[in-house]
Amino acid sequence: MTTENQTPADKMPAAGQAPGLLQRMKESHVWHSFTRDRVAQLSLTIFMGYVLMALFAPAIAPFDPYDATQIDIMNSELPPSWDEEMGDPQFWLGTDAQGRDLWSTILYGTRISLTIGICAVLLQATIGIIIGLIAGYRGGRVDSILMRFADVQLSFSTMMVAIVVLAVFQASFGTELYQDLAMIMLVLVIGIAEWPQYARTIRASVLAEKKKEYVDAARVMGLGQMRIMFRHILPNTLSPILVISTVQVANAIISEASLSFLGLGMPVSQPSLGSLISSGFEYIFSGAWWITVIPGIVLVVLILVMNLLGDWLRDVLNPKLYKG
Amino acid sequence: MIAFFIKRLAQAIVVMFVISIISFSIQDNLGDPLREMVGQSVSEAERQQLRDELGLNDPFLVQYGRFVSNALQGDLGTSYFFKEPALDVILGKLPATLELVFGASLIIVLLSIPLGVYSAIKPQSWFSKAVMGFSIVGISVPVFLTAIGLIYLFSIELGWMPSFGRGETQPMFWGWESGFFTWDGLAHLVLPCISLASIMLPLFIRLIRAEMMEVLQSEYVKFARAKGLPLRRIYFLHALKNTMLPVITVGGVQIGTMVAYTILTETVFQWPGMGFLFLEAVNRVDTPLIVAYLIVVGAIFVITNTLVDLIYGLVNPTVNLAGKK
Repeated sequence: MTTENQTPADKMPAAGQAPGLLQRMKESHVWHSFTRDRVAQLSLTIFMGYVLMALFAPAIAPFDPYDATQIDIMNSELPPSWDEEMGDPQFWLGTDAQGRDLWSTILYGTRISLTIGICAVLLQATIGIIIGLIAGYRGGRVDSILMRFADVQLSFSTMMVAIVVLAVFQASFGTELYQDLAMIMLVLVIGIAEWPQYARTIRASVLAEKKKEYVDAARVMGLGQMRIMFRHILPNTLSPILVISTVQVANAIISEASLSFLGLGMPVSQPSLGSLISSGFEYIFSGAWWITVIPGIVLVVLILVMNLLGDWLRDVLNPKLYKG
Repeated sequence: MIAFFIKRLAQAIVVMFVISIISFSIQDNLGDPLREMVGQSVSEAERQQLRDELGLNDPFLVQYGRFVSNALQGDLGTSYFFKEPALDVILGKLPATLELVFGASLIIVLLSIPLGVYSAIKPQSWFSKAVMGFSIVGISVPVFLTAIGLIYLFSIELGWMPSFGRGETQPMFWGWESGFFTWDGLAHLVLPCISLASIMLPLFIRLIRAEMMEVLQSEYVKFARAKGLPLRRIYFLHALKNTMLPVITVGGVQIGTMVAYTILTETVFQWPGMGFLFLEAVNRVDTPLIVAYLIVVGAIFVITNTLVDLIYGLVNPTVNLAGKK
């Protein structure tokens, strides 16, 4: 998994390999602010906790929620173990409607949610960075066509596009086949629907970078366009990319959860946090609150720490983000 | 102005054209109209004959032309499930959805402007910090979780609010019904509207705060202050006007987004609106209904975006209307 690429802690040594002096100064600034910001430290710690949970889910989880032989329907809807009358110490967060251990299912669900979120953002970033670089660097007609296109796509909200596309695919594939492909479909749809966010941000900073002398120098030296774009300009637009990536992963996880809640995402047999909440919602009226509430809290905390990290990064790096 | 207007209109038409092509290909590929009409017991030869009569073997462009000309006359096919014209079914549910969007917009406008302005004027006060803290938590809670939380708290635990449906509605003009005029209807509206507003409210508070803080740094505000104008006048007359410009643009886009989120809210509250209907149609593979929903919602998106752009162009004198650079 490529999880750690998204965290600032990991970016820093990676950026440190680049010999640029400016880069190193920026790094120390980030580090300085990090050592003084309690919220950022706490958020990063919790986020790393989530990443570890996701990475080592099979090792931590006491049960395998995908293994039907370990599930006993007689254990269904047991409350968490601190409920003294009904709880079973074997399942410390209780069980869901199918008798799966909720703690194990949440671990696996977090793994799925994070994987989908990060893969979708990697896809977004790839498409968006390429288009943004080209639009910003070439300018003129190419730029206006690409940006018009981005405007139109942005005007249709991601949720709407994703719901419609997934709904149509589900209706034409049939539910069975769709469930096998759900993960890939979610990554593709969320990934493709959000590229304009990256494209616009990158374009804005490319426009600023393009005027600088080092680009002129590179051009005078006779370097190719591709080389200037990807080797010279791109590294200088990394801070806005880093800032929006954090927020975008959070958004992608929200989108994934919402789609799964609507029944258009991960199937109940292989639940993400969203589908787990969805499956518990039917039982909330009969008093089985934990199937919905516990994964809900896990999801909200995950998104919250990512948003806090994004906010902190935005304040520290203070990039000129594209304003809508 | 006219050039700008025509340009926006042209773009709107192009977008509607793309939506129509997408809708048509969905209709063309999803489900088989013959099976819905005749069932299993008809022979292959008869099927072929029927296909010819219905024009299902015509070239793509001919079929697409027919689809568009029917659509322009308001005929989007007959819903397989309801056995009624699909457009009528959708439009019948439109008031319920618009009601939600309207209620949520009301909450957003009434709360976001005062909160945003206050936290921009006094960024250090504990109340502003609380507002900003609330807004980041608000952004992090998905709509459907807010909705579930509200139901759990107010309907199940406290039993104050109804948890599903529209309640009692009162007929309005054009056969539309509204829940705004009965106590029961209003009680049913409260929770869905709050959950729908919850996703946008933090966004708007943050946006208004950021814009307002920027405006407060500008020369003309400093000058107004130096001139000795009352602070309230500076904030609400001079600064707020310029703050609202970008808010209009974002607001327009967000109205469209809100229509998307109605699908989630309506599902949780079993609100009998378009979004709920759409999900049911997807589960029943009711193609004409899916297509009709796409076209109606697409039209809503395109109309709001075009209107907002035009209003923005009218309100903001610095917009280059002809689009020249």
